[in-house]
Amino acid sequence: MKTTEDIFEILKTNFGESILELISTQPIEKYIRINNFEIDKVCLFLKDNEDLLFDNLMNLSGVDDANGKKTLSANGTQIISGGTLSVFYHIESTKYRHKLVLKTSAEREKPDIASVSKIWRHANWHEREAFDLLGINFLNHPDLRRILMPYDWEAGFPLRKDYENPEFYLGMKVPY
Amino acid sequence: MALKTEEMILNMGPQHPSTHGVLRLELELEGEIIVGAKPHIGYLHRCFEKHCEAMNYSQVIPYTDRMDYLASMYNEFGYVTAVEKLLGIQVPERVEYIRVIMGEFQRIASHLVAIGTYGLDIGAMTPFLYCFRDREKILSLFEQTCGARLLYNYIWVGGLSHDLHPDFIHQAKEFIKYFRPKIKELNDLLTKNKIFIDRTANVGILPLDLAINYGISGPNLRASGFKWDIRKDDPYSVYHKFDFDIPIGQGAMGTVGDCWDRYYMRVLEMEESLKIIEQAIEQIPEGDVTSAIPKRIKPAVGQVYSRVENPRGELGYFIISDGTVNPFRVKVKGPSFVHLGIMNELLKGYMIADVIAILGSIDIVLGEVDR
Amino acid sequence: MIYDFLFKITDSNIIASIIQSLLPLFIFILPFALFAVWLERKVSAHMQDRLGPMRVGYHGALQTIADILKLVQKEDIIPNEADKPLFNIAPVLVFIGSYAVFAAIPFSGAFIGSNIDLGIIFIIAASGFVVAGILMAGWASNNKYSLLGAMRSAAQIISYEIPTVLVVLTIIMITGTTNLQTLSEMQTGHFWNWMILGGPKFGIAKFIFIPFMIINFIIIYISTLAEVNRTPFDIPEAESELVSGYHTEYSGMKFAMFFLAEYANMFAVSAIVTALFFGGYQSPVGYVGNLFGIHWLIPIEQFFWFTAKGIFFVFVQMWLRWTLPRLRVDQLMTACWKYLIPIAFVNLIIIGLITVL
Repeated sequence: MKTTEDIFEILKTNFGESILELISTQPIEKYIRINNFEIDKVCLFLKDNEDLLFDNLMNLSGVDDANGKKTLSANGTQIISGGTLSVFYHIESTKYRHKLVLKTSAEREKPDIASVSKIWRHANWHEREAFDLLGINFLNHPDLRRILMPYDWEAGFPLRKDYENPEFYLGMKVPY
Repeated sequence: MALKTEEMILNMGPQHPSTHGVLRLELELEGEIIVGAKPHIGYLHRCFEKHCEAMNYSQVIPYTDRMDYLASMYNEFGYVTAVEKLLGIQVPERVEYIRVIMGEFQRIASHLVAIGTYGLDIGAMTPFLYCFRDREKILSLFEQTCGARLLYNYIWVGGLSHDLHPDFIHQAKEFIKYFRPKIKELNDLLTKNKIFIDRTANVGILPLDLAINYGISGPNLRASGFKWDIRKDDPYSVYHKFDFDIPIGQGAMGTVGDCWDRYYMRVLEMEESLKIIEQAIEQIPEGDVTSAIPKRIKPAVGQVYSRVENPRGELGYFIISDGTVNPFRVKVKGPSFVHLGIMNELLKGYMIADVIAILGSIDIVLGEVDR
Repeated sequence: MIYDFLFKITDSNIIASIIQSLLPLFIFILPFALFAVWLERKVSAHMQDRLGPMRVGYHGALQTIADILKLVQKEDIIPNEADKPLFNIAPVLVFIGSYAVFAAIPFSGAFIGSNIDLGIIFIIAASGFVVAGILMAGWASNNKYSLLGAMRSAAQIISYEIPTVLVVLTIIMITGTTNLQTLSEMQTGHFWNWMILGGPKFGIAKFIFIPFMIINFIIIYISTLAEVNRTPFDIPEAESELVSGYHTEYSGMKFAMFFLAEYANMFAVSAIVTALFFGGYQSPVGYVGNLFGIHWLIPIEQFFWFTAKGIFFVFVQMWLRWTLPRLRVDQLMTACWKYLIPIAFVNLIIIGLITVL
């Protein structure tokens, strides 16, 4: 059993402090913030290190932080510009029973995040979901397509906070 | 000179009797052998997660019911556990006991559907109706307590919508007495049937390392031979007070982690659930089930990932609060969604008839896959 | 006898033979199919703790008639991409195949559609006709599920005809006849004269035959079950895999023809088993007609016994269907080629040797 602080120390010695940051202000879950292009290397290390063995990815969820500049467009809808989109990784070791939360953020305008789907294979579908609903682009993902929404959905990414339903989809009225 | 052949693409679903809802599998066939499978999901997608952002915390509960509609109680249980962690409140012990009783009854009901429809997929129609007959009895118990048979809205943040019906304990005991012999009957009719074993043993073998790498959980993971149950390994609610076993796959009829093992896990788990219910109704304390319900749910800024052992596996809720009455983000990690991701890996090299056997043994609910 | 009677009243052999050939359809196959569908529903319902149809008529007795009326009224849907002529012919072919079988089945001493000497061989040949219809239906539907079902069905029916024929051969060796009427007449008297109990000739050979005859009966029952595509061999229409196999695309009356053919087939194979092993139309215990000297009663009694035996075997088919799961297609072939055919061969040789000695 290792705490988040212990694991942070191990990571710091291996990767240096520039890409990592321990966030412990949250009351329930502490997490480590990691650079969006290095996340796959850190995850591979966490999974393969003999003392850590994080073999189980419990959850991967994309979040729209909605921390950019909010403006109103001409027709009264909200537009967010700037700020970040984030991904949370909840991982756990089935052998040592310790858990860890990682977070990585990317710019809203260019949301590129390194894919971890080679490390934990079911991240494949979770990442597709995050791509589908939030538009996060996972680099080196083997099969980045929409998953829950129709393949030909063109009206944007529904889980973004400034998403507006389109009026029509393939000639069908959307709001019911 | 060899004849030129090409693979046939067969679309299985979304309207097909045994894709358990509206799953579409794009199968690449060589004769009857599968060389590739691509699941297409999303036909039931209603963006539950977006709905949540527009509602307050207790209004989300009815929506969780509609995800895994065969295990609604457990979806509420998981969600409520997560919100209570976020709020940092303690609920009365009686409430926890009732939640466990309801959750385990729901587990039996859900496994009965899984077993019954699995028999139906393999071609045995009679066990299906026997299973549904017994499930009806559980649903009647739920109906008596909370008025609904399928989508309950029973477990609330901090408490329950109603206390148990005065006759509940008696009827639960009656049910346990009635149900134990029925499991034996089911085993005689289906589990030990030679044709059933031929169809399911050594089919769809899921090795343990692959299972963990793919995030498989619940009965499917245990069938691959790994003793892992969140009720024991990461206990929540009052599960630490009960004595029950975690059955794991032995490969009794074939290889560890084959379809028969996955099926049989569910049969064994029903017996364990009966054990838990028996202990819980012996120990259940008196108390008020509505006293701890908060008037207004407004958690502090923060986030939580909380998971429970749903009948199908690890059901996790990731909730971010921004300090308002509405959740900022609710992400559900549904076991069915994760389990479906392994289909391509599992199906290769088997025949069309095995697709049904493998899909049925994985036991997915499309309501949860698509959310 | 019935032909003579018809010839006497109509004085024309064409009309007489037409009427005679229509008789089994109207007095037997149609009512039987209606009855069998109802029976199937009731049997399955009672095995599954249900009641089954209860509203139309007494205990739902008229339910199937209501269903047929509904099917007749239904729109006849032909898929756009289907091969229309083949699509239309296929159900007729299947129905003809199963109906032709009834021509040589001896319902009673007084009534057999056509008393041909090659009776049993004719039945096997005619039932092979069904394969063509099924394959045609599967191909013409232009549906992958239908095609897969049809391919499976063709493979299955052709494979399982071999053990059937081998068993029939043993019977022919013992009795020396392929005429089903003669065969039934040979098994007259009481049930110990039935072929399953060694046949009518009394002697040591009779007792040696008994175990082999029982094996023979089991083989032919299993393989005929497979020939009519019933569970555990209902792979061609495997509901949970192939939707409904070769008749997925059919609706209305054409679907009803497949349906009718299936139930007619069920009785046909039961009738063959009855005629070969269980004394055909002979009563197991003697006739009431003989007892009181009322001779016109005997054919009616024979008809009763024949249908009773046939329906019993149909009931067993239903019983199996609602109890057993379904085999996989390769396991089905294994069962046929690796078990049934070798056993049937060995049986054939042993019985041949006993007969020679």
